[in-house]
Amino acid sequence: MSIILGVLEEGLVYAIMALGVYITYKILDFPDLSVDGTFPLGGAITVTLILAGMNPAATLFIAFAVGALAGCITGFIHVKLKVRDLLSGIIVMTALYSVNLRIAGKSNVPFFNNDSIFENSFVNRLLPGKLADISVVIILAVIVVIVKILLDQYLKTRSGYLLRAVGDNETLVTSLAKDKGMVKIIGLAIANGLAALAGSVYCQQKGFFEISMGTGTIVIGLANVIIGTKLFKRIGFVKSTTAVIIGSIIYKACVSFAIYLGMEASDLKLITSVLFLAILVISNGREKKVKQHA
Amino acid sequence: MLELQNINKYYNQGTVNEMCLFQNFNLTIKDQQFVSVVGSNGSGKTSLLNIICGSIPLDSGSILVGGADITNMPEFKRQRRIGRVYQNPAMGTCPNMTILENMALADTKGKPFNLLPGTNKQRISYYKEQLRFLGLGLEDKLHVKVGVLSGGQRQAMALLMSTMTPIEFLILDEHTAALDPKTAENIMELTDRIVKEKHLTTIMVTHNLRYAVEYGNRLLMMHQGNAIIDTEGDEKSSMDVEHILEKFNEISIECGN
Repeated sequence: MSIILGVLEEGLVYAIMALGVYITYKILDFPDLSVDGTFPLGGAITVTLILAGMNPAATLFIAFAVGALAGCITGFIHVKLKVRDLLSGIIVMTALYSVNLRIAGKSNVPFFNNDSIFENSFVNRLLPGKLADISVVIILAVIVVIVKILLDQYLKTRSGYLLRAVGDNETLVTSLAKDKGMVKIIGLAIANGLAALAGSVYCQQKGFFEISMGTGTIVIGLANVIIGTKLFKRIGFVKSTTAVIIGSIIYKACVSFAIYLGMEASDLKLITSVLFLAILVISNGREKKVKQHA
Repeated sequence: MLELQNINKYYNQGTVNEMCLFQNFNLTIKDQQFVSVVGSNGSGKTSLLNIICGSIPLDSGSILVGGADITNMPEFKRQRRIGRVYQNPAMGTCPNMTILENMALADTKGKPFNLLPGTNKQRISYYKEQLRFLGLGLEDKLHVKVGVLSGGQRQAMALLMSTMTPIEFLILDEHTAALDPKTAENIMELTDRIVKEKHLTTIMVTHNLRYAVEYGNRLLMMHQGNAIIDTEGDEKSSMDVEHILEKFNEISIECGN
């Protein structure tokens, strides 16, 4: 039971970030590595603000806003300074490492004794007794569902249409008399905002900030997105955003299973990478087969 | 009125491969003129369109629309008054979005792309009516992704989308070249109908000499960055394909082909 809860908890946290990666990777076709920096950025902001006495729920919004700003910087470097997409992300990711240390003050900051969105008097009153065990999962599920619905709704607006169009056919966006660069910047802002939001939630759940928590975020995000979208490709009624969330949980389950089989916690990043590679190879192989049959 | 004044455009300037495309090139296109542009490969037809749309920068010269200088206006801003259809049918539509979503996108051109619903439900009957006008049965496939349509269907949609909102200029870059003869004929008739209905100023680059003769009221033949034929009105009406072909052969011999 505790393993399942653990999988759901981590899967849901990373699902928020994966929804952001879905925007950059699937919609914009932009390999955005800056999430490796914006995920811990959200954490650093949150720890600092909570220790300063701010309401934990309010830190979620601030984390999103600061992450979005960082996304704008990646976009600015790529669009206005004409640096390649991959490099723009690497530049911001690397710079954010130092920025995060500056914000948090040191590389490891615990705040177990402070309130968080998971541990406060309101939650304790609302979900008492037996429900307390699954309170974290319930709260996470609520956050994930809200984020998913907002994103789904956004993608149906005029602005959302334009975002989808820029990844699909840049020329058309120019033909519609819109600056395609600005549209990309908006997409990167939302994606990195979501990554920072996920980082904020992650820290509040763990009760500490750790500078290396962002390492491999993009790999996890991509794995979640690819598992989700490949798995539900043939099933039309499952929305891509739902697929990404389910993908995140499945991926986390695979990692947990590997650890359960005897791998050590320190092997986590190795497992993350190898699993991601396996997913890439398998999905490539399947595509080829489909083509041969066609 | 669209005016190109003293246009100079070099490629690979300052290298051994330097090539002069336009040297003091001038062209004036009156409102509601339908100009067909023909010419051999590398004669500057597509570059001419790119210069007008702002897709490539000029070395010197100026571009005026209705007397106002738009030389330094970025490409996307110019597109507000321009509709452009490319040779490649994939360039004018979004393959992963549905027919309805594509129509809604085109319909939003010139309006703010804000948080209002992307598809205005009240406009769906209008989109259907527009699609019915194409005669391809697309009005019954509103929720089909454009990526699964054929090249001809996509090009018809691209034409419809580029002319849906009020524009002044229609730029056609060999827009029938990738289509089979029958589809090309349909698209060409459709183009003519839209141009006449919306009173558009049109520039059409084509390799099909028959289309160049049959459609439009002015004909340009480009050669090495110059218009070596420029006829309009009655003079253009009296032109035939043989005449243009003759001229074509003449310049080819000059070039030693």
